[in-house]
Amino acid sequence: MSFMIHRVRSTGPLISRIVAALFGGYALAALFSVAVLALPLSKPQAVLTGMLASFAIYAGAVIWVFAVRSALRAWAGLLIVAAPLLPLAWSVS
Amino acid sequence: MSTLHTWAGLLLGWVLYAMFLTGTVSYFKDELSQWMRPELPRLSQIPDQAVVAQRLADELGNIAPGTSQWSIRLPDERNNSVYAFWRTTPRNPGQRGFGEGNFDPATGQRVASRDTLGGEFFYRFHFQFHYMPVVWGRWLAGAAAMFMLVAIVSGVITHKKIFVDFFTFRWGKRQRSWLDAHNSLSVFGLPFHFMITYTGLVTLMALYMPWGEQVAFKTPAERQQLSAELSAFIQPDKPSGQKTALASVADMVRQAQERWGRDSIGRVTAVHPGDAAARVSVARGEAGRVSMSPQYMEFEGATGKLLTVRESVGAAAETRGVLYALHLGRFSDTEMRWLYFLVSFMGTAMVGTGLVMWTVKRRQKLPDPGCPYFGFRLVERLNIASIAGLSIAMTAFLWANRLLPHPFESRADWEVHAFFIVWGLTLLHAVVRPARSAWVEQLWAASALLFLLPLLNAFTTQRPLWHSLVEGDRVFAGIDMMCWALALLHAVLAIRTARQGAISQSRIKPKRQAPVVTSREAAG
Repeated sequence: MSFMIHRVRSTGPLISRIVAALFGGYALAALFSVAVLALPLSKPQAVLTGMLASFAIYAGAVIWVFAVRSALRAWAGLLIVAAPLLPLAWSVS
Repeated sequence: MSTLHTWAGLLLGWVLYAMFLTGTVSYFKDELSQWMRPELPRLSQIPDQAVVAQRLADELGNIAPGTSQWSIRLPDERNNSVYAFWRTTPRNPGQRGFGEGNFDPATGQRVASRDTLGGEFFYRFHFQFHYMPVVWGRWLAGAAAMFMLVAIVSGVITHKKIFVDFFTFRWGKRQRSWLDAHNSLSVFGLPFHFMITYTGLVTLMALYMPWGEQVAFKTPAERQQLSAELSAFIQPDKPSGQKTALASVADMVRQAQERWGRDSIGRVTAVHPGDAAARVSVARGEAGRVSMSPQYMEFEGATGKLLTVRESVGAAAETRGVLYALHLGRFSDTEMRWLYFLVSFMGTAMVGTGLVMWTVKRRQKLPDPGCPYFGFRLVERLNIASIAGLSIAMTAFLWANRLLPHPFESRADWEVHAFFIVWGLTLLHAVVRPARSAWVEQLWAASALLFLLPLLNAFTTQRPLWHSLVEGDRVFAGIDMMCWALALLHAVLAIRTARQGAISQSRIKPKRQAPVVTSREAAG
């Protein structure tokens, strides 16, 4: 049992980071691509701007997740960036 | 960060290697397609596109009457056949809703040539693979591209002394040399690798990031605004049901030629041809434009009256058009295309050296080099089959093109099956042989197959190398000589691998007798 706990302790943060990078990063990029619609652009241009930039956001998020000191900070960073995007995305949908 | 770089690079590294290599050769896909249809004569000059368009329009009226849409890609200086596709009404659900074919520009008939996908196979494999639903393949390609993007960015961060190391190369120092090679290849082509990876994602971005589109557009009519920014395809409205012959397509193309130049027409698309509500769009070709954004003239099909000329799109759409065009590199002339090919080839080598380095680095730390752990052996074998094996498989595809009989039922499919069968066999070979021997044998096999391919071509077609050289047939002569250059490259790699194997064997031996193995090493 203590072996199991040790195992979770040692690999848990890593798995958490991988999840944050793969899914958290994608969610952030997707959120951004929707939030862009709030910009004063015509709809097709705004949609394309969101798509074009989303991959840079995704890559940046993945780098961030693995660059910071702990998994907790990684998630916190993603959430801090997502916070101002959420109301924007909400306003257009 | 370096751990991220290693794992982002390794996990989809084999997929990336295959994408890079097949993508690299796709810069010459039209030339490969010509080579794989040797029965079709070389175009010494581009036929008048207006005449060819009319010819094809008539032929499609015969073979696809009542279609809701057809589209033809006119011949240019790199294409000696005309590709056309048309929508059909599928009789059974699940059946493809379109037909396609290659046509002879001189006669308008289907090409009387062997059935083959030609260079299209490598091109399509490059972003959607095979034997799996297209959408799955494209998602896999997107995931691989995303891993590549992360690998590039994390690689740059890891690699702080980027310019110092660029000028450092230590030959014959095993791990150091692999690292130096990997660094030089990466740094030299860095802007290209970054561009090609990002623009690769851009080509299919509507698939990967559909959310903005889904939120912004609620109706098909609204969505139509977006597609108009992206392509010259005009969407079929409702047909009127009243039959009216199509006006002269040649005249429409002539008007476009006056605007853009004689050989600058790319595609002609018709919706509801033969109906009173028909529309025809004549789109500008890709050559000489650094953007894939649509430029087209739209005509009323029944009367041939010009309805609109569209030559610009919005800023974001133009950005996307330019990024897309940068990825495809079709705007370029021959010199630029070769540059694309070479840098892209270096990108392939960057991925390849990265994969090999994973094993080189770990081999030194192995507790018993004679019996490595499973993960190590897996990576090692997959490396062999996906690097050396892919060269063999791709060459086998070209061999199959020359050797399979024709006519022959589903011949084009069997060329593709041959590619995968041979690729599978190389994996089998890599598993059963010792790793070092497998590398050397497969590299030699690739070298031999490439070397013999021009000879096979000479025996099986009317267009041997000496003939091509005399005729000034750049496509056939170029491919034959490229095969020899690649044969030489594989031979050099085989010789170096064999020599290095001999050195490392003698170095490893005394180490094996060392009795002390720490528990950590034993745990692997």
